[in-house]
Amino acid sequence: MISTNAYVLLSAILFTIGVVGVLVRRNVIVMFMSVELMLNSANLALIAFSRARAESDGQIITFFVIAVAAAEVAVGLALLVSIFRAKKTTNIDDVNTLKG
Amino acid sequence: METFLFITTAIVAVGAALAMVLSSNAVHSALFLILNFCSVAILYFLLRAPFLGAVQVTVYAGAIMVLFLFVIMLLGAENAELGEEKIGWQKPAGLVLGVALLAEIGYVAYRGTTLIDAPVADATNIGAPTTISAKLFSTYLLPFEVISILLLIAVVGTVVLTRRRVVAREESQS
Repeated sequence: MISTNAYVLLSAILFTIGVVGVLVRRNVIVMFMSVELMLNSANLALIAFSRARAESDGQIITFFVIAVAAAEVAVGLALLVSIFRAKKTTNIDDVNTLKG
Repeated sequence: METFLFITTAIVAVGAALAMVLSSNAVHSALFLILNFCSVAILYFLLRAPFLGAVQVTVYAGAIMVLFLFVIMLLGAENAELGEEKIGWQKPAGLVLGVALLAEIGYVAYRGTTLIDAPVADATNIGAPTTISAKLFSTYLLPFEVISILLLIAVVGTVVLTRRRVVAREESQS
C-alpha cells in the first residue's frame, strides 16, 4: 500500500507547479488552468487523508470542491470573455486600467 | 503492482502539469491538463474512491475542459504572450517563490507527525457511491443545498456577464 505521505508529497508538487504557472504565465486562460491544477492537487490530498482515516468525509468535501470549481470556471470564463470584448486581449499585463 | 502504478501515474501527472505550464500554445496546455486530470483520476481509483474518480473524469476532464477549449477557440487566445515581457523581473521572481513554497511544504510534510494509516480492511468501502450518498444526504445535507444555490447564482452571473449591452440599448430605444 502506498503511504499517505507519498500522496501528500505528490499533491504538494502539483500545487507548486500550479502556483508557478499563475506567477509565470501571462495568458489569462493558462493562469486559470493553473488555478484548476491547484484545486485538483488539494482534492488529491483530501482523498488521501480520507483513506488514511477510513472515513468518507474527505471524499464528500472533494465532491463539493468539484462543484465549486465548476461554478468558478463558468463565472471566470464569462469574465474572460467580457474582458476580451472590452480590451481585445487575453494578456494579463495589458489589463492595467486600475494601475495608479 | 500498486507501487508501479502509483509511480508511473505520478510521473505522468507531474510531467503533464509541467508541460501545461511550459507549452506556449494554450490549446496544448488544455490538452496536457486533461492528461493530468485523467492520471489524477487513476490515483483516485488507487485510493479506493471509484465514485470520485468517475466524477473527476466526467466533470473535470470532460465538462470543465471542454468549456476551457471552447473559450480558447472563441477568443483565439492560443498565443497571447508573443509580445515582449512588460515587467522583466516577474518570471524569475515567480520561479524563486515557487521553489521556496515547495521547500516549505516539503519541510512541513517531513517534520509533521507521521500519519498512521487506518487498516486497509476498514477503508474498502469508503468510496462506494452508497456510502458517499448516505452521508451526503444526511450529515452534509445543508452544504449540498448551499451548493445548489451556488450553482444557480453561477448560472445567473454567467448570463449577466456575457449578455451584450447592445441588446439592452435597442430595447430602450424601441
